Amino acid sequence: MQKQEFTITVYTENQIGLLNRIAIIFSRRKINIESLNTSPSEIESVHRFTIVINETEEVVRKLCRQIEKQVEVLKAYFNTNDELVWQELALYKVPTEIIADKVKVERLLREYGARAVAIRRDYTVFETSGHLEEIEGLIRALEPYGLIEFVRSARVAIIKDSKGFHEKLKEFESVEPGTNVIENEYLGKQDEVFTM
Amino acid sequence: MSTIELAAEKAKSVIQQVENISGGEAVMKALLCEKVNTIFGYPGGAIMPIYDALYDYQERLHHILVRHEQGAVHAAQGFARTSGKTGVVFATSGPGATNLVTGLADAMIDSTPVVCITGQVFAHLLGTDAFQETDVVNITTPVTKWNYQVTDASEIPAILAKAFYIARTGRPGPVLIDITKNAQLQKFDFTGYTPCTHIRSYRPKPYVRRKYIEQAAALINEAKKPFIIFGQGIILGKAEKEFREFIEKSGIPAAWTILGMSAIPTDHPLAVGMLGMHGNYGPNVLTNDCDVLIAVGMRFDDRVTGRLDKYAKQAKVIHLDIDPSEIDKNVKAMIPVWGDCKETLPLLTELVQKKTHPEWLQRFRDFQREEEKQCIEPEMKPSTDVLSMGEVIHQINELTKGEAIIVSDVGQHQMVACRYAQFKHSNSNITSGGLGTMGFALPAAIGAKFGAPARTVIAIIGDGGFQMTIQELGTIMQSKVNVKIVILNNEFLGMVRQWQELFHDRRYSFVDITSPDFVAVAKGYYIEGRSVSKRDELRNALSGMLDHQGPYLLEVKVGKENNVFPMVPQGCSVAEIRLK
Ligand SMILES: Cc1ncc(C[n+]2csc(CCOP(=O)(O)OP(=O)(O)O)c2C)c(N)n1
Repeated sequence: MQKQEFTITVYTENQIGLLNRIAIIFSRRKINIESLNTSPSEIESVHRFTIVINETEEVVRKLCRQIEKQVEVLKAYFNTNDELVWQELALYKVPTEIIADKVKVERLLREYGARAVAIRRDYTVFETSGHLEEIEGLIRALEPYGLIEFVRSARVAIIKDSKGFHEKLKEFESVEPGTNVIENEYLGKQDEVFTM
Repeated sequence: MSTIELAAEKAKSVIQQVENISGGEAVMKALLCEKVNTIFGYPGGAIMPIYDALYDYQERLHHILVRHEQGAVHAAQGFARTSGKTGVVFATSGPGATNLVTGLADAMIDSTPVVCITGQVFAHLLGTDAFQETDVVNITTPVTKWNYQVTDASEIPAILAKAFYIARTGRPGPVLIDITKNAQLQKFDFTGYTPCTHIRSYRPKPYVRRKYIEQAAALINEAKKPFIIFGQGIILGKAEKEFREFIEKSGIPAAWTILGMSAIPTDHPLAVGMLGMHGNYGPNVLTNDCDVLIAVGMRFDDRVTGRLDKYAKQAKVIHLDIDPSEIDKNVKAMIPVWGDCKETLPLLTELVQKKTHPEWLQRFRDFQREEEKQCIEPEMKPSTDVLSMGEVIHQINELTKGEAIIVSDVGQHQMVACRYAQFKHSNSNITSGGLGTMGFALPAAIGAKFGAPARTVIAIIGDGGFQMTIQELGTIMQSKVNVKIVILNNEFLGMVRQWQELFHDRRYSFVDITSPDFVAVAKGYYIEGRSVSKRDELRNALSGMLDHQGPYLLEVKVGKENNVFPMVPQGCSVAEIRLK
């Protein structure tokens, strides 16, 4: 199986120390976290982690089970990029005089949909949001013009076919056993299982 | 009475129930509500308010003062594993807490329910490098099922309720609660203790899917050469009876992992022995010959599977486990039966046909005969005057008739003990399986005795491992713990020596270990003892030990360079198991 980019979405209780518990699941296996975002979710008291890693599907599936095993984790999903709508945000600090002087820079910024968020006499801070490639494209384009500082955020992602977490949460709030089922590829493949 | 009066009455009774107590006392009340009666611990500065509260509760909460905090966790593990209850540990902050780490790691990997309560510096000192401050919660995160730091006394009842619930439910494990000193001292309104029965984000048991049970049963009913391998899940799930009914109806041969051992009597007609690196010949070889492999409450440790890409490739695997993350982790399951085996096994038993597999079972017996000839006979009846470890275990079997609890340490003697010991009852084979912690047995035996006071507890320990937690002799002395200690002394770190002999051209690098006069050491602790090296003394020495009222240490000098066989060499498949 090939490694590819997966986005893991984890719904959790908001508890001190949980970030560490989740992070060590990756570090223990020497897996690099490409990006990690923590945020509130649409439900009060439920937190959401968005984690991007480069791994095979098999590894990601096992990681999600390890994550779900943590007491404060409600649910972990993993998705490939085509199953997601996602964005990353970037800030670029550029000398103001260059923008004023060079028409080219201004055109570049417009082309990348950059928005000025702070304008000072000596520098201007622009913001773009989008996919990694676009953000990196603008950095490369700005570099020759004296880019002073750059920072990119972690990925935030929405799962396209997710109906939100409200329904799932109700299930978690009801008493054991939950009806949360774990799928297996052989379920329903009677023939494969029973040919001895 | 009017409703208003009723409400007032109710309010009054609530007020009457409220007590203003310290956090330390709340810990005692919580433990009593959890029906705890034994604590293994060691005091220190940051846990003094809890020990102060304990002073008034010592009649009901029996505290065993260990000699090292590692010993406290191992004792709590021994207690948990013989009693089926949760072990409880107290330790102070800093060095007290860091001394727990090995024990926690052991309890984590062997799924033992333990609740550790550690003292911590005052909350306002957290992060200041205060005296005896260590970041215990972060140090223990990878080796606990759950941990939490309490900084306010009012949290104590609910957090301890959660701790006990998490430790014992689902796949059990160790939980650590770190309580800052101010919270232990702080007075608060204690309104009673409510045991925890549900945590929103925690699913102790997965949902049982009938469809998988049906598929599993159909597969079992079709199988010609089905084979059951089982682990500690049966014991932890208290599903021994359900398991027996399952194997007896389906007539399938069953082999245990080291931690599954004793879940069924070792002489059960369908028992075919132990799996793994030093397990029995038949179950290892035939793992790679069966057509359906039914794994119950076990996790396919590498010591069980040997080389994974040559493990049971021909078999269709049915895996019953309570922990969803175990399914497909090492061995891919065709049919995953998620759930508590106490619930899933009866469902499966109902659907399987009553059968016997005499020819298939005979194949296990044939391998057994071969192993008997090549490994067991020479171990039981050595051709020299030098005693073997196997003889000692054999004599213990004859004397105890499989009724004893055997606690083994780690090394050759452990493998020999687990290969040859006979058990009639569950919860009887106590050993450090997943972590292989030398020094486990002596403290674990102490706990095992408190967990099962009516039973004989025999610790089998190597000369190396004994010296790792030798100080617990002090605990045995002080608390008058009636454990029988057998040191199998080969004057080597035997298991490592065996590997050096077999795989490192006999380059014996630092495995030659000198020991003190063990009997004299025991005597220093007022523990009776004896040392034997001759065959004609052995029986008498063992029965003397068993008949002795109180703790006893017996050193048996055994062959220095004996090896444990069979053996699946590392990196080989289970079918490549060597008899010599
Ligand atoms: C704490 C710890 N340190 C080191 C080891 C590695 N180790 C495994 S078995 C063994 C030798 C044990 O020697 P001994 O206790 O004399 O038992 P024997 O093998 O001779 O029966 C060692 C050093 C271990 N398992 N645990």
